[in-house]
Amino acid sequence: MDIKKVTSVVKKKKADFPESLIHEIAEASERHNLKVKELESLVDEIKKAYERAGVENGEAVGTVAAQSVGEPGTQMTMRTFHYAGVAELNVTLGLPRLIEIVDARKKISTPTMAIYFEEGYGNDEEFVRKIANQIGKIVLNDILKDFHVNYAEMNMSVEIDEEKVEDKRLELDVILAKIEKAFKRVEINNNLLSFEPTISESKHAIRELRLLADKVRDLQISGVKNIGKVVISKEELEWVIHTEGSNLGAVLKMEGVDKTRTTTNDIHEIEKVLGIEAARNAIIHEAQSTMEEQGLTVDVRHIMLVADMMTSDGSVKSIGRHGISGEKASVLARASFEETGKHLLRASIRGEIDHLTGIIENIIIGQPIPLGTGSVGVIMKSRD
Amino acid sequence: MKKDILKHKLVPEHAILSKTEANKVIKQLNIHQEQLPKIKVDDPVVKEIDAKSGDILKITRRSHTAGKFITYRLVL
Repeated sequence: MDIKKVTSVVKKKKADFPESLIHEIAEASERHNLKVKELESLVDEIKKAYERAGVENGEAVGTVAAQSVGEPGTQMTMRTFHYAGVAELNVTLGLPRLIEIVDARKKISTPTMAIYFEEGYGNDEEFVRKIANQIGKIVLNDILKDFHVNYAEMNMSVEIDEEKVEDKRLELDVILAKIEKAFKRVEINNNLLSFEPTISESKHAIRELRLLADKVRDLQISGVKNIGKVVISKEELEWVIHTEGSNLGAVLKMEGVDKTRTTTNDIHEIEKVLGIEAARNAIIHEAQSTMEEQGLTVDVRHIMLVADMMTSDGSVKSIGRHGISGEKASVLARASFEETGKHLLRASIRGEIDHLTGIIENIIIGQPIPLGTGSVGVIMKSRD
Repeated sequence: MKKDILKHKLVPEHAILSKTEANKVIKQLNIHQEQLPKIKVDDPVVKEIDAKSGDILKITRRSHTAGKFITYRLVL
């Protein structure tokens, strides 16, 4: 029994089934070798069950979602420091992470990326290591063999370890060019460098020299902006790079990087680079994996509702005072949430009108609420 | 190197609706177009498919629950 046949039966019965349900029916009818008549009665039954399972009009889905996410949330460990997946990288998990997601923080505490590679590059360890060194932050200090500050002659001599340069797949010429650009008073003799501070006659000459020494050691010679440490690991037959810090836009432009699977956990960055729909998917994925990681299961539909609300006006906004709750139309609803005085004062200055269409404002003034059976009214039909 | 964001697995399929299609959708849903969810003109995907302000985009999401789900967004 193929999907087309099931689709036509479903259409004939005037049922509006989602794709996944049709697939399931097709699978089941194949397994049990159903005849057309049997399939028709099956679809009839499923239609009844499907319509019964649907959410009623006027149901408070938002409240149910809040409770369904909130209750397991109480079981979460408050502070979780954990090494997720790959060793060495610290990623915020648990309740702090969940709060970060629903608050839509601009600066998340542990941004991280998972960088995948296109077919043909994914198994090439040499290539992946080279890319990893282009992405990860390397400072001059990482490739030094000898570093000596001479206080008597007020200069310092530095020796670059060519083996380390080789090991990190860098090129000495490029490094030397960077050093020459960054420091004025430097003499370069192959891999031997000697630096001098600019102000030699001042009283603080020693201090200047020390500051220069720090500056020399911290000179970044390789890496993508905002990305720190990188960890290379093998996951199911291919090499993957995990990073500390995130810069999706820059990494996606690099050659060999898989432009379909490479992601970050920074939702604002996804919104900026891949758009609002991708941000919605990212919110769902991040929230769900955070819950699952703690051994909690929440129906995706609740999380999808949250993500839909957060992205409905075209940009990611938070839940709470500065986001969804702060933009409610009713003054009384906003005043009952947080900052009561501020909202009432502003409303009185502006002369705001509350149309009493929501739940909270009707509870406050003691009227029946527009929810469930309260959400319908009676309209009289005029005679003519 | 050009980054092809439309192929990314997080990005669902976006399509611009023609005027007649848009009107049909609005009528079918029985709403004003301002009631649709929005998408900004400077959204990377909007720029990529060259949609204009006031267009309605048809978005075909891959859904965990429904398999495929069609939704619409109004370009601001």
